[in-house]
Amino acid sequence: MSALLHVQDLKVSYGGIQALKGISLEVRAGELVALIGSNGAGKTTTLKTLAGLLRPTEGSIHYQGDDLARVPAHQRVRDGLALVPEGRGVFARLTVAENLHMGAYTRSDTADIAADLERMYATFPRLAERRQQLAGTLSGGEQQLVAMARALMSRPKLLMLDEPSMGLAPLMVAKIFETVREIAAQGVSILLVEQNAKLALQVAQRGYVLESGKITLADAAATLLGSDGVRRAYLGG
Amino acid sequence: MRCSPNSRWFWVVSTLVLLCLPFATDALLGRGWVRIADFALLYIMLALGLNIVVGYAGLLDLGYIAFFAVGAYNYALLSSPQFGLHWPVWVILPLGALLACGFGVLLGAPTLRLRGDYLAIVTLGFGEIIRIFLNNLNTPVNITNGPQGVSMIDPIAPGGFSFGATHELFGFSLPSVHLYFYLFLAFTGLVIFVSRRLEHSRIGRAWMAIREDEVAAQSMGINTRNVKLLAFAMGATFGGLSGGLFAGFQGFVSPESFGLLESVMILCMVVLGGMGNIAGVVLGGLLLALLPEAFRHGAGPLQQALFGHILIDPESLRMLLFGVALIVIMLVRPAGLWPSGKRRRELEDEGAATGGGA
Repeated sequence: MSALLHVQDLKVSYGGIQALKGISLEVRAGELVALIGSNGAGKTTTLKTLAGLLRPTEGSIHYQGDDLARVPAHQRVRDGLALVPEGRGVFARLTVAENLHMGAYTRSDTADIAADLERMYATFPRLAERRQQLAGTLSGGEQQLVAMARALMSRPKLLMLDEPSMGLAPLMVAKIFETVREIAAQGVSILLVEQNAKLALQVAQRGYVLESGKITLADAAATLLGSDGVRRAYLGG
Repeated sequence: MRCSPNSRWFWVVSTLVLLCLPFATDALLGRGWVRIADFALLYIMLALGLNIVVGYAGLLDLGYIAFFAVGAYNYALLSSPQFGLHWPVWVILPLGALLACGFGVLLGAPTLRLRGDYLAIVTLGFGEIIRIFLNNLNTPVNITNGPQGVSMIDPIAPGGFSFGATHELFGFSLPSVHLYFYLFLAFTGLVIFVSRRLEHSRIGRAWMAIREDEVAAQSMGINTRNVKLLAFAMGATFGGLSGGLFAGFQGFVSPESFGLLESVMILCMVVLGGMGNIAGVVLGGLLLALLPEAFRHGAGPLQQALFGHILIDPESLRMLLFGVALIVIMLVRPAGLWPSGKRRRELEDEGAATGGGA
């Protein structure tokens, strides 16, 4: 099993409703994989389960070859599995700098943390300007940058992004996707969950289509972009 | 410690002022007010303890007084004729803090998944359970002496130096209330010191992350279960310590000192002073401990002076004025009297922000 993340027949129930009805997917090292689907298809449920915030009723998650069933959420972060939650989840009443520091919560290498922090500011100059500002007072796009930079501070091997484009202006969405591409270029594997199927498939290498808790299509991103089914359902044409 | 010459002077002056305070109060207002000041210090300790739970970790606790009760009864039962036990104070106080800490975990464990209103309801119930237990644990075996409470509790007397008696030191006559003032002042200083260290520690940052967004906090690799339990435990420890001091000072405890109104009062101190800011919480505790007393002693004479006779009984006027004062303060200063610098900036930023989406 050479995959970084290998999910087999995952089933998750949420207050009596089966949100995931047995999905299988994998992310290989260095890959950027998109998981697309409409509202309520189970995309967020998938990521939350992978992060350890929800418990699956059946199925298995293997990360770097290890079964994650008994690994709690906070341990998964230590192991390099980072989630940027839906709606960004920045710590509104902490400053940008404090938010980024929180990202390195699991690390104790003070000097390296400081170096990483400077690297983040170099990558995200906007955040450097606003490092002493409270995160809650930033614009939506800037908050998304904070959330992504914060997740990167944990030095993840696999970064899971939940709808990074949600509620952002088109110009900002473009900026976010450009950043996603840059992060991938640095060698971080990415599992990208998006409603904006077109953009997601344009940056990804492979894609999965999730429909009411099941994966209905899995293929190279370019193939999915060209397929009639995806076009009709998600690309509006 | 960073210590510029200015701040060093500040420390010297404020220490001197605090040391002279009981004497000045005694001379100007009477000994009753020194006693009130002692109680104010106990309240400040309680408010600082609750501030850890509510202010830092954002967990709304309406039963906080229960930990105060645990500490107080621990002292009362181990150092009074109730069981004929007279344990030394340096055993009882840490034991009470430890016991309260245990109760904090006991309360925290089943409520880990709860937040906001739901957590408030459960903690409220917990506070009442403790009080009702204390009220009823006199049959079949008499442990707490029920509603009559435990009396004739030994004063705090480490190594034979009793805080319950007047002492002559360096030519000064130090009455019991003065001694207790200094003792409580020292403990308040300790609680402030620990609070400060916690606030700027890794754990303090984890608490604030949980307060802001629990899912995100978990995604940062914070073990939210343990960190939340720790908040309950630390808050409860301060409550238990303060409770022990209260029992020794008062010499008498009964369940009615630990009602819901007391919990609400301490929560008011935290919120009104400025949640999460130590200086604000101290100010809130001081004000809310002193205001009702000021109204109690001030309302009668004031009416005499204005109308020539007493129109409304000062005792019933007291809570009315107090309520009005609370409302006015919260209207004028919604973030508390002395919010943390951050909170203040947040309000300013919000005013200045254009509110754009991206």
